[in-house]
Amino acid sequence: MTSLPIPPTGLRFEDIDKRYGSLFALRRVSFEISPGECVILAGRNGSGKTTLLRIAAGIVSPTAGKLSFPGARNDFVPARPGYVAHTTMVYDELTAEENLILFGKLQDVADPEARAEQMLREVNLFERRDSAVRTFSRGMRQRMAIARALIHRPSVLLFDEPATGLDPLGISWLANTLREVNRAGCTVVMSLHGESEISALATRAVQLDAGSVVADTKTGATIRSVLSFGGG
Amino acid sequence: MSLLSNTSALLGKELRTEFRSRELLTTTSVFILIVLVLFSFATNPGTEEARQFAPGLLWLAILFASSLMFQSCFLREQVNDTLSSLRLAVSDPFAIFLAKLIANTLFLLLTEALMLPFFAIFYNITLWSQLPILWLVLLLGSAGIAVAGTAISAISAQARMRELLLPLLLLPLLTPILVVSATVTGGLLDRDPVVQWKGIAFLAVFDVVFLTALWIFGQYFLEE
Repeated sequence: MTSLPIPPTGLRFEDIDKRYGSLFALRRVSFEISPGECVILAGRNGSGKTTLLRIAAGIVSPTAGKLSFPGARNDFVPARPGYVAHTTMVYDELTAEENLILFGKLQDVADPEARAEQMLREVNLFERRDSAVRTFSRGMRQRMAIARALIHRPSVLLFDEPATGLDPLGISWLANTLREVNRAGCTVVMSLHGESEISALATRAVQLDAGSVVADTKTGATIRSVLSFGGG
Repeated sequence: MSLLSNTSALLGKELRTEFRSRELLTTTSVFILIVLVLFSFATNPGTEEARQFAPGLLWLAILFASSLMFQSCFLREQVNDTLSSLRLAVSDPFAIFLAKLIANTLFLLLTEALMLPFFAIFYNITLWSQLPILWLVLLLGSAGIAVAGTAISAISAQARMRELLLPLLLLPLLTPILVVSATVTGGLLDRDPVVQWKGIAFLAVFDVVFLTALWIFGQYFLEE
């Protein structure tokens, strides 16, 4: 994954509000992520991490405020971030290869078949390329989700609790993958609970509480304290 | 170009998943046959009464079958949150609708092709001489049902009482197309067949108007 020709892109949240009825999921969230940063979103359950990631992905529209992608060709055109959520976001009935070719085609990837094969090799699923995703284990599904998110060589990768359901080996593999992607220039934003091999990659932690940013730190020790406090 | 290539990729996915599982085609075909058989008991086949009611019954059977189809149309995208990944991937959300409504139209036409011989036998109606025009009516009517149904399916999939909401929204919306389709079909199945071109033109206009509305407003139906 180191060969990704990624143009550096950041993320800028300006006074983002998200309301569901009378409930504020996010309240005046403002911060900027520089291109190539690896940022952890920490916070208790319900603090707004997932909502913020879904807004960054362009799946949810903010009620108020502005999201832009500094460094992208046009700041205000969504840069099609790669997004990995709690679910795999792929089709269980299709094979691993069919899924990746489909998402490659949808995102105008040149030679989607070759790119799908490359991704399947990189996430160690090439041997199972003809198997339906519904037959995959939790770890394999997570690797499949990562392959889908990276198929179009995104400049921003958004991860919602990426270690959920992974065994220690899976977490190590994920940490290595994220390290490589980040080294290749991809901006990584992920929500995490507690310290792990993955959290060690972070260069910055932003803590949310009740939909607002309550801490933003770049110091290693403080990142760990934010994770242990906000990770719940 | 992007809309066309996205639509063709998504249509391929829709057809592949359906022909692999055959969930919709099996369910709707069996359902539509049951409805036709049950309705055939209500009238005496071959009588003038049966000939009068047959077109209405045919379109009612198509309506019931299509509502089964639309129930799962967007719901199956919620299993793994694939609708979100599609929205992230496509440059124009209309491609998602276009692929689904083309697939739904094809599935409906396939079900109708299976159903027509049984319909002709149960109601003792000769279809052969009017088959080309009847297919045109079935195509325009099914496309209209698919356009409106796909839109309502997207809206209702995100609602809490989705099973209730779909028929509640769909049936009033489809009333004009069902009335006109049944009337035009009635004219074709008459002892002295008449092609009602005005009715056929209405079906075409209905399809174009709803397709345009879906193109303009469709993206809002997909928002969380």
